[in-house]
Amino acid sequence: MHQTTYHRASSISEAVKMLKEAEDGKFVAGGQTLIPTMKQRLAAPSDLIDLRHIGELKGIEVAGNTVKIGAGTTHAEVARDAALAKACPALCHLAAHIGDPHVRHMGTLGGSIANNDPAADYPAAVLALAATVHTNKREIAADDFFVDLFETALEDDEIVTAISFAVPEKAGYAKFPNPASRYALTGVFVAKHADGVRAAVTGAGENGVFRAEAIEKALVGAFEASALDGTTVPADGLMSDIHASAEYRANLIVVMAKRAVQAANGG
Amino acid sequence: MGIEGIGARVARKEDKRFITGLGRYVDDMVVPGMKHAVFVRSPHAHAAIKGIDATAAKAMPGVIDVLTGPELKADGIGNLICGWMIHSKDGSPMKMGAWSPLAVDRVRYVGEAVAIVVAETRNQARDAAEAVEVSYEEMPAVTDAARALDAGAPQLHPEAEGNLIYDWEIGEAAAVDEALAKAAHVTRLKLVNNRLVPNAMEPRAALGHYDMAEDHFTLWTTSQNPHVARLVMSAFYNVAPENKLRVIAPDVGGGFGSKIYIYPEEIVCLWASKRTGVPVKWTADRTESFMCDAHGRDHHTEVALGFDADNRMVALKVDTIANFGAYMSLFSSAVPTYLYATLLSGQYVIPKIHCNVRAVYTNTAPVDAYRGAGRPEATYVLERTVETAARELGISPAELRRRNFIREFPYQTPVIMNYDAGDYEASLDAAMRAADYDGFPARREEAKKRGKLRGIGMSCYIEACGIAPSQAVGSLGAGVGLWESAEVRVNAAGTIEVLTGSHSHGQGHETTFAQVVASRFGVPLDQVSIVHGDTDKVQMGMGTYGSRSGAVGASAIVKALDKVEAKAKKIAAHLLEADEGDIVIENGEAKVAGTDKSLPWAQVALAAYTAHNLPEGMEPGLKETSFYDPTNFTFPAGCYIAEVEVDPETGHTDIVQFVAADDFGNIINPLIVEGQVHGGLAQGIGQALLEGCHYDPASGQLVTASYMDYTMPRAGDLPSFKVSTTNTPCPGNPLGVKGCGEAGAIGSPPAIINAITDAIGTNALDMPATPQKVWAAMK
Ligand SMILES: Cc1cc2nc3c(=O)[nH]c(=O)nc-3n(C[C@H](O)[C@H](O)[C@H](O)COP(=O)(O)OP(=O)(O)OC[C@H]3O[C@@H](n4cnc5c(N)ncnc54)[C@H](O)[C@@H]3O)c2cc1C
Repeated sequence: MHQTTYHRASSISEAVKMLKEAEDGKFVAGGQTLIPTMKQRLAAPSDLIDLRHIGELKGIEVAGNTVKIGAGTTHAEVARDAALAKACPALCHLAAHIGDPHVRHMGTLGGSIANNDPAADYPAAVLALAATVHTNKREIAADDFFVDLFETALEDDEIVTAISFAVPEKAGYAKFPNPASRYALTGVFVAKHADGVRAAVTGAGENGVFRAEAIEKALVGAFEASALDGTTVPADGLMSDIHASAEYRANLIVVMAKRAVQAANGG
Repeated sequence: MGIEGIGARVARKEDKRFITGLGRYVDDMVVPGMKHAVFVRSPHAHAAIKGIDATAAKAMPGVIDVLTGPELKADGIGNLICGWMIHSKDGSPMKMGAWSPLAVDRVRYVGEAVAIVVAETRNQARDAAEAVEVSYEEMPAVTDAARALDAGAPQLHPEAEGNLIYDWEIGEAAAVDEALAKAAHVTRLKLVNNRLVPNAMEPRAALGHYDMAEDHFTLWTTSQNPHVARLVMSAFYNVAPENKLRVIAPDVGGGFGSKIYIYPEEIVCLWASKRTGVPVKWTADRTESFMCDAHGRDHHTEVALGFDADNRMVALKVDTIANFGAYMSLFSSAVPTYLYATLLSGQYVIPKIHCNVRAVYTNTAPVDAYRGAGRPEATYVLERTVETAARELGISPAELRRRNFIREFPYQTPVIMNYDAGDYEASLDAAMRAADYDGFPARREEAKKRGKLRGIGMSCYIEACGIAPSQAVGSLGAGVGLWESAEVRVNAAGTIEVLTGSHSHGQGHETTFAQVVASRFGVPLDQVSIVHGDTDKVQMGMGTYGSRSGAVGASAIVKALDKVEAKAKKIAAHLLEADEGDIVIENGEAKVAGTDKSLPWAQVALAAYTAHNLPEGMEPGLKETSFYDPTNFTFPAGCYIAEVEVDPETGHTDIVQFVAADDFGNIINPLIVEGQVHGGLAQGIGQALLEGCHYDPASGQLVTASYMDYTMPRAGDLPSFKVSTTNTPCPGNPLGVKGCGEAGAIGSPPAIINAITDAIGTNALDMPATPQKVWAAMK
C-alpha cells in the first residue's frame, strides 16, 4: 500500500469537507473493496475519509409500506434485521450470502452499490426493487444509478446516504456463486410489485447489472417458476471468462430466476 | 501401546503454539540491522531484457541498493539446477536450460525475478521496485506443453531444441503394441492432469545474513530440507562453502512439496546480504506465491489398456507430455518418470507396460513435485481407465478390479517397483462396506425424485513412499542419496533429545517421533524433545517429502535407539551386577528380568555421565547416531469411493459421501494419520472439482493469480469423510510403517471424476470438474 492519510468523519458535511480539502481523497466505508485494491496498489488515494462513524448513515427503518436502509449499514446488520425479515426477507437472504462473516461485518450497503462491481449482489436487489438511491445531493432512481462496470451516476464528492423502496408483494434472490470468489457468477433478484414484475441479473452482464426482459415478461402472467419453462435469454452481451461462458451464464439466468421465484413463493 | 506410545491417539504437541499464534516462522525472525527486500519481476511471459535502469530507484527514500543479474553473475553465483539426471531413449542426457537466480538477458515466465531492491522498509522497497525501469522486447510465448512441441512454436532455451527436455521411455514398446493388437478389448482415453498451485498457508520467505566478522552466512528459509538447501547452495550456486553456511528452517506453515526446492530468492537474499552488508529479508506476498512457487501436475496423456477375453489386463500403453514450465526445478525431472511411470501397474497384474514421457519447456512457472508427485498422475490415468473399461465391458468396476488384483507378494511389476506387501481386496471390501455400495441403486432412485443425478465412483490406488534406497535412486539418476539420519541424546537426568534430519512442516513429528522414543524406554512423552530444521544443530539429513519421514526418518531414530538401548543395558547390567542379556528397559526402569532388582532410567543416564562406575573400557555419555538407508520403497495402497450428486440445471457437484480405506502399515498415531488423510483428500478433491491453474494462452499471463480466480477447497466444499485403515505391516522397516502423507491427494481425484461421469452418463470430462464443465459435458 502507498502512504495514505486517514480521517474519521462524524457527519456527512464533515466528510464532504474533508474530501474537498484532500489532494486525491476517497471515501472508505467497510474497506472490503477499497483496502484490498490499495494493497494491490491499484488505487492510491492520498487521503481516506472514513464514513463508518457517521450516525446519519446507519439504521434500517420499516415504516408502513416503505423500507429505508442507511448506506452505512453492514451486510450482517441487514441479514439479521427482524423488521426487514418480515418486509423483504429476500434482501436479508442476499446480505447473508455476501462473502464471509468478516466481510459481512465490515462491508456496507452504500459501499457495495457505490462500487458497482458487476458481480456484486446488492445491485440486483436495488434494481429489481426499483429502489431510490438517496445521496447528500439528490435522489436517484435505481434505473439511472448503475451506469457501467464499476461506474454509477455518483459524482466524486457525492455520498450515498440510504436506499429506500416500497415493500414488494413478493421477492426472491438466487445466486450461483463463483466457485473461487463466491461473488455472484450469476445472481437473479425477482420482485413482484403491484404494477408488475422486475427481474435484475448480476454477475452476468458485460455492462454490469441489468433487467432481464424475457424473464419479466414470462412472469407477468403467472409469478410461478413453471412460467419460466422454455424461457431462454440470449448469450449476447453476457460475460465469458474461465469460470463461465456466456452460454452457461445465459442458462444460469433462467435457472436462478426459477429458483428466485420459488424462494419468493416461500419454497 | 500405552497411552502415549506407538499406536496411541496423542494430540499434537506442536499445536498449542500454532493455534495460539506462538509459532515462529521465517517472517517472525528479526536480526539487528535487518532490511527488507522486494523483487522486480517480469510482467511478460517471454521477453528479451534490453536494459535495466535503477538510477531513479536507487535515489528513492530508504533504498540501500538495487542489484541485478549481471552483478550476480559477476560475483560467480551459479545457475539453478535440476538434481536428477534423466536420459532420453536415444541415450542423450536431458537438456537443461540455464536458470540464473536473477534473469540476465531474457525472461521466460510471468513473475521471473529480474532485480532485488533492498530498503529500510518493505513499502520503500516496493515503491523503489516500481521505479526500476526494465526495457523488455516482448517475444511470443507458449504455455501449453503439447503446443510447445509444435513446429514453429516459440523456443525457450537454446539448449533444448524444440522445447524438448527429454523423450524418455520405460518398458518394451513393441511387445506392448503387439499385446494390444491381440487384445479382446482395448480401452482408450485422452486425459489432462490439471496444473495446480500448491498454496501453502505460509508464503515462502528468506532471511539472509552475512556476518562479516566470521565470514559466515546464515539463511532462515521456508524449507522442507534445510541440509539439502545448504548442500545445493554450496556445491552448485557458489554462495558459500557448507562450513560457512548455516541454514535454519524454523516453523514452516505447510509445504506440500513446494518448499523442497531451492529458489532464486533464497540465493539472492544471501548474496545481497554480503553485497549490501545488511541482513536481507524477503517474504512472498500471495501473488508471488501464485506466480513463483513451483506448480504441480500439468500432464497430457493418452492411454490404452488391453484386456483378454476373460477381462484380464494384458498390456498398458501410456504416452504423456509433461509441462515443466520455463526452467527445470530441483527434482522436476524425476516426477513424471520414476515417480510416475513406475506406479502405472497400480494394484493390478499387468504383464506388459510401456510408458513414454516427453518433458517440455513452456512460458509458465516451473513445475515440480506437489503432494503425491507423479503418483496422483499415475493413479488418475490408471483408475479412470479401469473404471471406463468396466463400463465398456459391462462388468462392475469392483469385479473388474478384483479379477486383476495382485495377490501374491513380493510382486515384481514390469516397471521397476517390487511391491513388498499388501491386501488390496481387504481395502476394497472395507470401502464398499463403509460406502454401503450395494445400497447405491436405491439412493440413486431417491435422488432422481429430487431432480439430482447421483453417481458412484471408485479408485484403488497404490503409491510408493519412503523414498528411497540410495543406491537404487543413484542408479536411476538421482544426484543425492535418500537415507535419513537421527541422533538420540539421552541427557544426564534422563530426558531425551532427538535430532532428526526430517523436517516437520505440518506432519506432527514432534509428537509421533516422540511417541516412538517414549515407548521404547517407557519415559513420559514430555521428556522427549524433537530437534530439527537447523544445520548447525542437526547432523546431515535429507528432509521431508514423499511421505518418507515415518518409513525412513523414524527408522533412523529406531536404529539410534537400538544403540542407546544396548549401551544403557550394559551400564544397567554393570550397576545391578546382572547379566546384560537379562536387562529389560520398560516403564522408565531398567530391570533384571525375573527379579525385583531395578534402576530408574534417570539413574542409568546419570551413571553414563558421571562415569564414576562404568563397565571397563566404556566411553562416558549416552548419545548415539544412525544413518538409515531403506532397502525398498514402501507401498501404501487403498480404495476410495466417492458418491456425488450433480444438479443437472447448473452442473454443480455435491460430494454426498466419501469413503477412504487405506493400508498404511503400522500406525504410530491414528489421530495424526486421519488428519493427514483429511488434508490429502481436501487437496485431491480440490484438484478434481475446484483447482485449476490457468495461463492465458495468447499472452502467457497467469489468470488465476489470486483466490478471486483460483478456487481453494473450503470446508463447505467437503463432506464429512469416512476414513478407516486395513493394515498390512511393511516388512521393509523396523516400525512396519508405510507412510500416509500423500495418499488422500493421490487416490481421490479419479474416484470423484468416476462418480461424476457415472452420474452424468458421459465420460468426456476433465479436471477440475467445475459446474460449467459438467454442465457443458451434459449438453
Ligand atoms: C473476501 C471478500 C468477499 C466478498 N464477497 C462478496 C460477495 O459475495 N458479494 C458481494 O456483493 N460483495 C462481496 N464482497 C464485497 C463486499 O461486499 C464489499 O463490502 C462491498 O463491495 C464494498 O463495501 P465497503 O463498505 O467495504 O466499501 P469500501 O471498500 O469501503 O468502498 C468501496 C467504494 O465505495 C465508495 N464508497 C463507500 N461508501 C460510500 C458511500 N456511502 N457513498 C459513496 N461512495 C462510497 C468508496 O469510496 C470506494 O470507492 C466481498 C469482499 C471481500 C473482501
